[in-house]
Amino acid sequence: MRHVLSVMVNDQPRVLARVANLLGRRTFNIESISVGESEEAGLSRMVIVTRGDEQTMEQISKQLHKLVDVIKVQDLSSHPAVERELLLVKVEAGPSERTEIGGIVEPFRAAVVDVGPHSLMVQATGERSKLNALLQLLHPYGVKEVARTGVTALSRSAVKVTN
Amino acid sequence: MPDAVTMTDSTERAGKDEKEFTGSEILLRCLLEEGVDVAFGYPGGAVLPIYDSLYRGALNHLLARHEQGAIHAADGYARATGKPGVVIATSGPGATNLVTGIANAQMDSIPLVCITGNVAQSLIGTDAFQEADIVGITMPITKHSYLVTDVKDLPRIVKEAFHIASTGRPGPVLIDIPKDVSNAKSTFQYPSTVTVRGYQPKSDPHPLQLTRLYQALKEAKKPLILAGGGVVTSGAEKELIAFAEKARIPVTTTLMGLGGFPGQHSLWLGMPGMHGTYAANHALLECDLLIGIGARFDDRVTMGRIDKFATGAKIVHIDIDPAEIGKNLDTFIPIVGDVKKVLASAMQEAPRCPSDAWLKQVQGWYRQYPFRYRDEEGVLKPQWVIQHLYESTGGDAVVTTDVGQHQMWVAQYFPFARPRSFITSGGLGTMGFGFPAALGAQLARPGETVISVTGDGGFQMTCQELAVAALSEIPVKVAVINNHCLGMVRQWQEIFHKKRYSEVDLSGSPDFVRLTEAYGVKAFRAKTREEAVRVWKEALEHPGPAVVDFWVHSSENVYPMVASGTGLDEMMMGDEEG
Ligand SMILES: Cc1ncc(C[n+]2csc(CCOP(=O)(O)OP(=O)(O)O)c2C)c(N)n1
Repeated sequence: MRHVLSVMVNDQPRVLARVANLLGRRTFNIESISVGESEEAGLSRMVIVTRGDEQTMEQISKQLHKLVDVIKVQDLSSHPAVERELLLVKVEAGPSERTEIGGIVEPFRAAVVDVGPHSLMVQATGERSKLNALLQLLHPYGVKEVARTGVTALSRSAVKVTN
Repeated sequence: MPDAVTMTDSTERAGKDEKEFTGSEILLRCLLEEGVDVAFGYPGGAVLPIYDSLYRGALNHLLARHEQGAIHAADGYARATGKPGVVIATSGPGATNLVTGIANAQMDSIPLVCITGNVAQSLIGTDAFQEADIVGITMPITKHSYLVTDVKDLPRIVKEAFHIASTGRPGPVLIDIPKDVSNAKSTFQYPSTVTVRGYQPKSDPHPLQLTRLYQALKEAKKPLILAGGGVVTSGAEKELIAFAEKARIPVTTTLMGLGGFPGQHSLWLGMPGMHGTYAANHALLECDLLIGIGARFDDRVTMGRIDKFATGAKIVHIDIDPAEIGKNLDTFIPIVGDVKKVLASAMQEAPRCPSDAWLKQVQGWYRQYPFRYRDEEGVLKPQWVIQHLYESTGGDAVVTTDVGQHQMWVAQYFPFARPRSFITSGGLGTMGFGFPAALGAQLARPGETVISVTGDGGFQMTCQELAVAALSEIPVKVAVINNHCLGMVRQWQEIFHKKRYSEVDLSGSPDFVRLTEAYGVKAFRAKTREEAVRVWKEALEHPGPAVVDFWVHSSENVYPMVASGTGLDEMMMGDEEG
């Protein structure tokens, strides 16, 4: 089963390497990792998307806890949470296709953020499945480049993840 | 502040009356504050400032002949005392030479503080001369690591490093100090307390889980304790004895747990697993309640066959590391906590198990199937040598081993009575560990007999440390179990590779007597029992270090043996059956 972990870590050099190294050497699967600042100075929030059965998830969380730079681990899959990813995609498009693409993009609440003579760039945010669907629709036009941030997420409840 | 330290450059003032010290002087003061009485190491460019601060001899430092020797010695010191061992190495090759020793300590949960120099920060990342990313290299094999970027952080980091290394589940911590940090100046104050937000090991067990344990004990007709290195680490041997006696539970101790429960106790069943006793392995197969205590159910015990391991048993797992619980085995009653604390409660409150019939059965197995070897007239058998080491010392010795057949024979034929009397590389299985570890152990426990039992293969990996034994007159007695081959590999080739002996012949090895004498250390050789008895006595009586080269039968194998991937019921008993 797919799980989204929210991990509070010390904002220290190499902390991403420590986490990635641990997951790698214990052969845990990583679908994506994203890191950024958190609400607390000195701490970053890392969002890890991974897969595993209950026992694997328990091990991942316990092993992460053993890292001195890890402050808190929460499995967002067991809480109501908001999950988002940002997608940037450069699509081949001459002037004639622009409106058509605009029409595809709109229901996704995505936006065209850059236009060149032969291509344009679409920006979209949302859950992974939504972004995948958008990408699929854009494929026939010729997808030139894709960049995705990986998932970031927050639990919906008022309970704070830290401490 | 120890009087012995006279600081240079102490005239400079930062604030009102505050003296400034260099990073390396601060490091020295930190180590003294931590009560470090010996450090092992090897100098080089990046640690010149650190070695300069050691010049006046405020800290007892031993110059190893290889950084691997230094770190194994620090490890042996730690295992013999429970206190963190300290090792110092220079950047680049000095640091990478520590890698095996760090992994070795990590696998066996041994507290070490490893101090490496690094190139100046301005050079880090430029592939400078003797630059190695030792923090990166050792990330998977350290409990934690630091790169010091500001001399002001040094006291806090050293304090944290000792704290993290020695508490919870112990392990090696690395402090990498760039040369400019060692040279930079700052005032010094050693922190009196330490708080690391992301590191709060839990030592008190959950009362509910203890109640569940007691309930399970009431129903257990065939209970069994599997005690591991955690018993030794937490100093819980008395509590373990009291608990086992009160609840009437037989005990098997893993390789790392040997000495954690007396080998002479009537409840002891010996070591389980690949080269374990029939009694221990069959008790594991048939028990209905298995209580793992500071043991991690690794594949030398389970043979990697969880599907065949203790299948009829409820599993209780007591460990200070929550991640161990459920890692290898589904656990019915998880008890996270310091083994000593858990057992202190259990020895008071545990009920007596209805285990009389079971006890009779397992004790019967233990008597019926002792370790055996064919004792041949005129042949010096390695097992006999180990038995002789035991008898000649009355078992009153600290014994270190290297890795291989001799290691298993020590585990089988030297019943340890006390914790921290058996020092071995269990998890990593590091050849070359035993002899330097013995030097560290002897320094830690000066009045005791320390024996390094080693193979002729492994001894050649770190025998250069004879120089340290000679120079510092460390009276370790080395027993080389010389079978003229890489015995354990040979055994596997005999059994699993149709006797295709590939690269296990150690021809070309030096004459260990002459080699040893070249270092100025006393040396003996024994090819027969009579010689063995005589020269071993002489070696023991010799006040300094001594090496005894026991030429033993070459083709002897370690039995019983369970092959990896087979069940514990499939024990090969060897050629001594019937
Ligand atoms: C550093 C290292 N290299 C290789 C091995 C693999 N290995 C395990 S036991 C063994 C043979 C050891 O031979 P020796 O030291 O003579 O001891 P014996 O088995 O003969 O008692 C070897 C090569 C190891 N454990 N450690």
